[in-house]
Amino acid sequence: MPTESNGVEPSATWTETLRGGQMWSRVLRRGEVLKLVDVEGGASVAALLFNADQPLERYNMPDTLKAQHIARLTTGNVLYSDMGRVLCSVVGDSVGWHDTITGHLRADSSLAKYGPGTYQALRNEFHRNTRDNFLIELGKYGLSKRDLHANVNFFVKVTADADGNLRWVPRTSTGAFVELRAELNVLLVLSNTPHPLDPARSYAPKPVRIDIRRGPAPAPNDPCRTSCPENERGFTLTERYFA
Amino acid sequence: MALKESKLDPSRASFDEVVESGCGFSRTVRRGQTLRITDLEGNQAVDTLFFDAHDPTDRYSAVDTIREQGNIYLTTGTRLFSSEGHVLLTIVADTCGRHDTLGGACAAESNQVRYALEKKHMHSCRDTFLLELQTHLEPMTKRDIPANINFFMNVPVTPEGGLTFEDGVSGPGRYVELVAERDVTLLISNCPQLNNPCNAYNPTPVRVQVWDA
Repeated sequence: MPTESNGVEPSATWTETLRGGQMWSRVLRRGEVLKLVDVEGGASVAALLFNADQPLERYNMPDTLKAQHIARLTTGNVLYSDMGRVLCSVVGDSVGWHDTITGHLRADSSLAKYGPGTYQALRNEFHRNTRDNFLIELGKYGLSKRDLHANVNFFVKVTADADGNLRWVPRTSTGAFVELRAELNVLLVLSNTPHPLDPARSYAPKPVRIDIRRGPAPAPNDPCRTSCPENERGFTLTERYFA
Repeated sequence: MALKESKLDPSRASFDEVVESGCGFSRTVRRGQTLRITDLEGNQAVDTLFFDAHDPTDRYSAVDTIREQGNIYLTTGTRLFSSEGHVLLTIVADTCGRHDTLGGACAAESNQVRYALEKKHMHSCRDTFLLELQTHLEPMTKRDIPANINFFMNVPVTPEGGLTFEDGVSGPGRYVELVAERDVTLLISNCPQLNNPCNAYNPTPVRVQVWDA
């Protein structure tokens, strides 16, 4: 179900467009809201999240899923760290499903899928892969592949049937968006690169726009906080961290 | 769920040890050796990780394993992939039928979120992992702990994207058997969880056996 956060779109304090293949990182201050927009349709954005004040604390896929009894992310869900705190809340989403369980392409798997796409031949249109993008961006903060764990894939829907078999679900709507509100100071690392289960055989990642604004502090009846008792406790533990 | 029994003779195992609940265990399993984990009393969760024995930054990856086989459950035939795309081990026998790799490990902090803020004092798998890493597997630290396997645990995903913790599909004496495709470091926390009905609130011992190639 598409939702807009708070019904209004406050003006962004920062906006930036990532080309297909591009990587990005920034510290989102607690309370900032980042909106990712799939400008042309068909984008997929891989993401890693850390507590910027102590990057040993990071996004934890299993803790996020089991606390909320979910196998995907959408409005009302939160992204948990491995320390029982909320890194980000999903406060807006026009898609309804963002993948958390199918990982990303490396140099070897990207080459096998798309063939060679070297810098020498293609200059800055070369075939960047998610893994290398993550490693480069993590390196800027003194982090390494030891810190690289299961990622989120925004704009990607992969379902599982009753026997557990995966199915990648195509999506082409333009202007799709997802909004994340930082509940800690969050180091967000993004890679705008193809998802491994996207059946397209040509390397053609689409641009995404990033809007950042400062939002209101979550109210006691915030939909992400009240969506389940687990999240009430997660928000309480997050507040205690800053108390 | 298809079950597959092993033909290996327990009397010929080169290693055989019982790991009580709440305890950690680590050991190198050499390429070609067969590892068996047995759920002695039934519905116990065995939180398990594997690392390349010669490069611990190349480690078990739940998301690579799920994606490469196109299925979220582990059973006979599943190849356990590493973060660098290598096959660490292959499951060759399984009398349980389904194992989880999405539920992760319990921790003091996630127990507070899942059950109650007052649960922080309770023993957890991540505590076991952290202690085992620092006493036997240095220089690995918390940075090196990825999402793990929960052998004998049943965590179904619904087509609508829900996740549920169901009664176990395991029972006394059920086992899973894996052949190492390279030298790997095995790290186990035999889960002490007392808040989850999946083990009938009764954590129990498991048996670890190894056969040489």
